[in-house]
Amino acid sequence: MRASQVQQESLTSEKAKWMYQKMVEIRQFEDQVHETFSTGVIPGFVHLYAGEEAVAVGVCAHLDDKDFITSTHRGHGHCIAKGCDLKGMMAEIYGKSTGLCKGKGGSMHIADVSKGMLGANGIVGGGFPLATGAGLTAKLKKNGAVAVCFFGDGANNHGTFHEGINQAAIWNLPVIFVAENNGYGEATPFEYASSCKSIADRATSYSIPGETVDGKDTIAVYEAAQRAVERARNGEGPSLIECKTYRNYGHFEGDAQTYKTSEERDEHLTALDAIIRFREHLVANELSTEEELHGIDEQVQEAVRDAVEFAEKSPLPEADQLTTDVYVNYKSGEEE
Amino acid sequence: MTREISFADAVNEAISETMRKDDDVILLGEDVAGGADVDHLQNDEAWGGVMGVTKGLIQEFGKNRVLDTPIAEAGYVGAAVSAAATGMRPIAELMFNDFIGSCLDEVMNQGAKLRYMFGGHAKIPLVIRTMHGAGFRAAAQHSQSLYGLFTAIPGVKVIVPSNPRDAKGLLISAIEDDDMVVFFEDKTLYNVKADVPEGYYTIPIGQADIKRKGDDLTIVAIGKQVQIALMAAEKLEQKGIQAEVVDPRSLSPLDEDTILKSVQKTNHLIIVDEANPRCNAATDISALVADKGFDFLDAPIKMVTGPHSPVPFSPSLEDVYLPSPEKILAVVAEMIDDESIVAI
Repeated sequence: MRASQVQQESLTSEKAKWMYQKMVEIRQFEDQVHETFSTGVIPGFVHLYAGEEAVAVGVCAHLDDKDFITSTHRGHGHCIAKGCDLKGMMAEIYGKSTGLCKGKGGSMHIADVSKGMLGANGIVGGGFPLATGAGLTAKLKKNGAVAVCFFGDGANNHGTFHEGINQAAIWNLPVIFVAENNGYGEATPFEYASSCKSIADRATSYSIPGETVDGKDTIAVYEAAQRAVERARNGEGPSLIECKTYRNYGHFEGDAQTYKTSEERDEHLTALDAIIRFREHLVANELSTEEELHGIDEQVQEAVRDAVEFAEKSPLPEADQLTTDVYVNYKSGEEE
Repeated sequence: MTREISFADAVNEAISETMRKDDDVILLGEDVAGGADVDHLQNDEAWGGVMGVTKGLIQEFGKNRVLDTPIAEAGYVGAAVSAAATGMRPIAELMFNDFIGSCLDEVMNQGAKLRYMFGGHAKIPLVIRTMHGAGFRAAAQHSQSLYGLFTAIPGVKVIVPSNPRDAKGLLISAIEDDDMVVFFEDKTLYNVKADVPEGYYTIPIGQADIKRKGDDLTIVAIGKQVQIALMAAEKLEQKGIQAEVVDPRSLSPLDEDTILKSVQKTNHLIIVDEANPRCNAATDISALVADKGFDFLDAPIKMVTGPHSPVPFSPSLEDVYLPSPEKILAVVAEMIDDESIVAI
């Protein structure tokens, strides 16, 4: 079942260049984190989004700050596509006090509610109910906002997938569920862990539209998301989009990726690469020029360099920050 | 003006009065309307919750603000967390606190932690109302008192009211509060009636209440056990022992000062809590006094709690499970080495 056919607005040059820039920001940001992580500067562990840029950007191209998204442990790409500040993000990943979350969240919890980014999420399947709740707020406040739930193929077997989508469907909420099927939940292949042939097939159970697109074809994602977002804004309820994609790096940094074949990796890094393909599309359709795109590449390089420098120079949080931000207020006894 | 109403009606009034005041307050849960969209059902025939506590709200506030949910706790509790983060003030009803197993992630990992993980750039003005308590012959999966579990989680506030007046004022405070609050309602208290003020009033969260003054012995009791402690205190008075009964009302934040001051005065402490005895409110308060009030004590701290077992079904077993005035008297007898107290 496809989303109701709506008039497709053609991609403007301005929007196309914004999308290209965001995709390159994600790629360069993640390549940088990959490189820096190996030096031991970044605490904890990180999950990189490189390779899946077309999904976050193709969807978020239809959103603005009043729209909400929920994300995953692999959330850097969603943050960038939703407009989070690169410096604040990098500082957060470094655990610095200038980070978007003052260094209290880290890579797996980067958030900027003012941008409608409801947080990367360390719990697989955590986003379904949260996106539904944001959709409920939008419906009750009648503010025209939509909510997008990005989730991985691993989460599609989680109980919250069923509870969240069913609830969004019975309440006809403006929510778009976007599956990022990168083929592996950690090291386990999608085909092993899921009884369905495609995640989109599961939409039938909820009587909502579901479609599968090539998640490395930016235009295909953009158009599918446009149908689903318009449907949601028109009060027609939720949709499910499955984007078949691939992560260029492992599940986490340090993952030897023994479960992947070298052929598939080579193919995804070259012929199937989303940025290479989108770039060719933009030039061939005269939406931009090689020169302009090269300019964007250089501009992004500088922005990522600035983000690293900002993160490196920023101070760590002071010890007195340990117990702040747990509650809005936490008083007891007579001082009330 | 006060009048005598039930605990259930006091809860209902707290919800309806806050919903009248603030359009962002919504109520959602399993059958909180009770029969939404059943064609032949007139609104006044709707359940209003499995115990009838939210009866009448669907008529006044309609389906957009009183939402029946699927029996899917992770789905609607998680949605309530996010609705709170994005501008609503939801009241989610978790029918029995025993069902937390189906939605603990949404409470513990999402609702309780979003604000901290986001560096303070979010607030979660959410109330989870939930039923607890043994004595209803409801067996092991519908009778627990799990407030200790939530008290252990930073980012959650925990309220356990012991009477209708406190229930109404504390619930209004919880709905007004900008943090996530889990509000416990003892199912065996719903029909208990007492004087409750009319209209809108609040009782501050984090303030204990001394339900009975006394100089000889402090009894800190949780929820319904406050009533049991008061019964024990009356019996002790016959022996000339004046027990002070302290009702913490909120376990997180906990009014440590009121508890410590009382123990400083009486030099004796008994904690009465029907929940299981390990890692719970009773042990927590015991540890507090051992840590900060050890020098006040003339005798070891004693606890009267449920045993380390599930709540049984058979009435003969369940009655033994629960604390009672007699069990409290037995502990006092041991504490002051006076066997005659047991026979009061």
